[in-house]
Formats: sequence, structure tokens, C-alpha cells
Amino acid sequence: MLSIKNLQAAIGDKQILKGINLEIKPGEVHAIMGPNGSGKSTLASVLAGREDYEVLSGEVIFNGKNLLELAPEERAGEGLFLAFQYPVEIPGVSNTNFLKAAVNSIRKYRGQEPLDAVHFLKLIKEKMKLVNMDQALLNRSLNEGFSGGEKKRNEIFQMAVLEPKLAILDETDSGLDIDALRIVANGVNTLRNKENAILVITHYQRLLDYIIPDYVRVLYKGRIVRSGGKELALELEEKGYDWIKAEIEAEQA
Amino acid sequence: MEKTDLKSLALAYLEAKPPQSDMQRQAAAILRNLEIPTAKHEEWKYINLKNVASRAYTFANGHVSEATAASAKPLANMQGEQNANVLTFVNGVYVPWLSHIVSPASELKICNLREAKNKFVAEWSKHFGQYANANQHIFAALNTAADTEGAFIYVPNNKIVEAPVILHYIASAEAGDVLVQIRNLFVIGISAQLRVVEHYNSVASANHSLTNMVTEILVAANARFDHYKIQNEADTSSHIGFTQTVQLPDSYYANTTVSLSGELVRNNLHIAIDGENCEAYMNGLYVLNNNTVVDNHTVADHRKPHSHSNELYKGLLNGRSQAVFNGKIFVRQDAQKTNAFQSNKNILLSPNAKVDTKPQLEIWADDVKCSHGCTVGALDEEPLFYFRTRGISQENARALLMFAFAEDVLQRIQLEGVRKHVEQIIAERLKMDI
Repeated sequence: MLSIKNLQAAIGDKQILKGINLEIKPGEVHAIMGPNGSGKSTLASVLAGREDYEVLSGEVIFNGKNLLELAPEERAGEGLFLAFQYPVEIPGVSNTNFLKAAVNSIRKYRGQEPLDAVHFLKLIKEKMKLVNMDQALLNRSLNEGFSGGEKKRNEIFQMAVLEPKLAILDETDSGLDIDALRIVANGVNTLRNKENAILVITHYQRLLDYIIPDYVRVLYKGRIVRSGGKELALELEEKGYDWIKAEIEAEQA
Repeated sequence: MEKTDLKSLALAYLEAKPPQSDMQRQAAAILRNLEIPTAKHEEWKYINLKNVASRAYTFANGHVSEATAASAKPLANMQGEQNANVLTFVNGVYVPWLSHIVSPASELKICNLREAKNKFVAEWSKHFGQYANANQHIFAALNTAADTEGAFIYVPNNKIVEAPVILHYIASAEAGDVLVQIRNLFVIGISAQLRVVEHYNSVASANHSLTNMVTEILVAANARFDHYKIQNEADTSSHIGFTQTVQLPDSYYANTTVSLSGELVRNNLHIAIDGENCEAYMNGLYVLNNNTVVDNHTVADHRKPHSHSNELYKGLLNGRSQAVFNGKIFVRQDAQKTNAFQSNKNILLSPNAKVDTKPQLEIWADDVKCSHGCTVGALDEEPLFYFRTRGISQENARALLMFAFAEDVLQRIQLEGVRKHVEQIIAERLKMDI
């Protein structure tokens, strides 16, 4: 589904990603962990098409298409979704109108007829239950005045509505209390199936107790330095990132 | 004199139609002593009146042909107007067959201003010409010196007028460049309530129109007045408007001015808060493209203690359009415990668009809360990216975000029909697709 080969990217003069390789197949859950500043969010941003980053080399193939050549909205149309670390507050656009524009833009990209008001509302109602979304939040301006937990829940709600093939969760767990974390994780698990895949980017192991990954990778200084199963996350939690850092420094010395 | 200029035209007009009252004669004298302002004039320094003031306009006052009125008819239209009181003026001339009144006469005294002199003698003579000060404003002087039509509205004490008043002012320059004068007088009695929409539009034409409007408003004690001014004229139409509101104690006045097009628009909105415990709101929105110039000059004059004023003007500028915002807040020495806030926010969508914004606070009292702020910028990148990651095209994302920026002001429009009318125009303008 997603194939990343030797991806290198920079912001300004500073190279952040120094050769990432990653294969994700349908039905898989991948976790990328790493200390702050290792390049985790940069990877998410580059995949979603944020223009601040310059891709220096490498390729990313998503369902047979060269992802890096597509505009962010085309990537969404192809089935890519990024749950933001910091969802943007947008006063003046209601959550509902935003979702309607998103759903119908993606349908248009796929050559489908737009959903009418009735079917759209039916879809929304159904997905709201998944993440315990409050009706009141739907009518409010997008993320405006939402708590941290409400914002993250709203990201997962959008994911539920848009049904992406590949969802990238960028530190969706950071700053959440345990109840909010459970709701978010529960929503994600309900959305998992054989056809889609999830890339979880996180600093903490805790989320992975709830969203069980098939693969865990550690990103450090722009490279994937360790790969393993879910037990790697536990090891990291126990020993901390300093353990990895020390090992890597030793290998390079 | 060789070249045509507005002042000479005005003087010639007053020669032909001499002032009848002392008030008119006094205004004519002021007019003679003032000149059409140039950029050297502090209050007019950001705009250029040269083109607008050098055309050979015909004064339209007094007569409008059947054909002209008929061509204006489609523009005299606003959502929800079947349940509203409607007066229509074409080129400043009252058109009865495009007007209708639904409120009972006991709660709403309304007619063409020219008729009010005879029909509502006491009310007219007590209030007419008492609020707008034309001493420094040549256009207001011209308006006062001439015999001008417009809306007369008087709400007796304690009357709550449920049906809004919609006033259509349609300019039509089909027969040649035309100068249109409009004069309004709104008096809202003690503990009374009223909502009025002034809607300015014009028949598309190669010729030019210039509308010179003066509106006087008294909001009496404990009264409430919601006032809207919607401007959506052709790009050959200009507008110079002077609105003076006087608020008495415990009153509420909210003005929302939306400017969507035109050649040159100058709005002066002056509010004299002459009572304690008043609330005054000034909301403004300008969504401009092409070569439109919109200049909003506002004044909140706090004369008495314990009142509150809040101003929010926002603008979206595309093409070669230009906006000016000058917001004055005066807090006089007696006006302790005043709260006065002001904000002007602009988004420039084109490198050729231009904004001049100038807050101006003059505070003589020492125990007040006042703030002002202005911003000029482009659309933020982060929300655009957020929208695009959800599949929304860059173009539509921009439109949605621009609309959202405007929505901040639009949601302050309490009259649903008016809000929808304006929202529809803006959504179409922005090519928004939901």
C-alpha cells in the first residue's frame, strides 16, 4: 500500500529525514516511536504534503501512485489521512460544513456523486457514535474552543467519516487523559480492517497498549534505527530513549 | 469656469431651486465656503475624489420615469421582504408602487420624508436637521441645502415594531450621469424597538451615478435600534454617506455596514453616545475586488459615563481594490467608566490591493477601558493545509476560509433574510462550494 524508499527531506537548510525506508501493507498497524526532534512529525508532514518541507531524494509510492507528485488534496482523494498533532482552530467554519466539503471533495475526486443532505447526516450520525461525539461540537466552529481531548477526538471522527486507506496518527495521544485516550483508541480499533492500514506516530508507549501495532520502529536523527514487534515498544518504555541513543552513538563511534 | 466640478454644479442647482428654509439657506452658505476635499484634507487623505467629483451629473431629485423605475424593480429585492415594511427610492425619488407597509400606523409612522413635513408635522419639525452637523462636510451641506427625499420613520414610545423596515435605494444612470440625493430621519421613541435595512444598489450602466446620503437617527431612552446598511452597487456607482446617530440613556444601537462593490464608497458613521448605560455596536464588512474603493470613517463619541461601544470592521480585498478604515473613539472628561473597543482586520488577496487603517483614540477621562487593534495580512497557511489534507481543493479551501473570516461579522446580522442575502452574494463572489 505504502512504500517509502530512501526518503530524505529538509526544512530550510536543515535536513531532518536522512533516508527513511518503510513498507506498509493493507491490514497492518505500524508504530513509529522516537525522542523529540527525531523527525517523526516531519515524516507525517512530508507524507501529507506540507509545503514547508523540501524532499531531497527518495520516493514514496502509495497504491501505485507517486505520492510526492500529488497535491495534499489529491493525496486525501487517494485515501491518505493525517490526524494532526495540533488540529487547527477555524472560527467561522462549522464542523458540519467542513466535513461536508471534505466528504464531497473526496467523492468528486473519485468520480462519485456528492452526498445529499439526508445521506450526509446519516453518515455523520453513524460515525459520531464511534467516538462519542457530542452533537453540540458538530454545530460549533471547527475545533474552536475545543479541549485537547475534543480536538483529538474530532480528528478521529473525521477519519471515521472519510474512511481513509492509510491513516497517519501524529502524536494523537500526547496530552490526553486516559478516558480520552481510550475513546480515541477505541475509535481507531473499530475502524481497523483488512483493507486499511494505520501508521501511529507517538512518543509514548501507552497508546500502544490500546492500539496494538504489528510493527514498531524507532526513529532517531532522521533514520529508522530499530525495528521490531510490539515488544520493542515495551522495551523502550522500560529503558527510555537514552538507551537507544547510547547504543546508536556507540555503534557510530 | 472651464472644467465641470461638483461644487459649481451644486451651486447652479441651488440657483435654479433656491433653498426654502433657514436651515437650507444656512447649509447653502456652508456649501459655498467649503471645497470638494482633496488628499490634503486630513479626513479624506487616502482617497481620490477627482473622478467622482468632476462629472457633469444631472440632479435627479424630483422625478423618475416609469421606465427607469421599472428597470430598477428587480434590484429592489431582499429575502423576507413580503413580511417587511418596504420603501423604494429610485434615483432618490419615492416609488409608491414598489413600496408597501405591513405594520399598523399606531406603532410605525413611516413615509417619504417630503410628505412627513405635512403628515407628521410635530415629529418632523422637532427632529429634522437636529442631529447631523454639516459644518465640516460639504456633501452633507449639499444634502441639507437641497429639497431631498428619503425615509421618515418614527416609532412612538413603547412600540415594538416586529416587522423590519427595508429601504431600497436604487440608482439608475441609464439616461446619463446622475447625482442622487437621499435624506433619512429615523426616530425611535422611549423603550421602542426597530430594525431597519438600508439597501443600496444600482442598475448596471456605462454612465455614472453618485449617491449623496445623509441619515439622522435618534435612539431615545431605553430604545433599541438594529440598523443595517448593505451596499452592492455597480462599478460605475459611487456613494458618499453620512450617518449621525444620537443615543440617549439606556439605549442600544447596532449598526452593520456591508460594502460589496461600487466605484467609490465613503461611509461616515458617527455615534454620539449622549447618555449613561448605552450600548453601541459598529460592525463592518467589505468584500472587494476590481477597482472598488471603500472608505469607512467611524466615530464613537462617549459623552456620558458607564457606556459601552464595540467596533469590528473586517475586509477582504482582491484585484486592485482599496479600503480605508478610520475609527475614532472619543471619551470625554465626563465619560468615566467607559468601555470602548475597536478592531479592524484585513486580508489582502492580491498584491495590488491596498488598505489604509487608522485607529484614533482621544481620551480625556481617566477611568476607562479602551482598546484598539488592526491587522493586515494574507490567509494563514496552516488552516489551508489542514483543509487540503481533508481533500478540499486549494481554491475551495481559500474560499471557505475567506467566508469564515467574513462570517465573524455576518453572524452579527440578526435579520435572517438580510444575512442570507449577503452570505449568498459573498459565497458566489468567492466561488465557494460546500
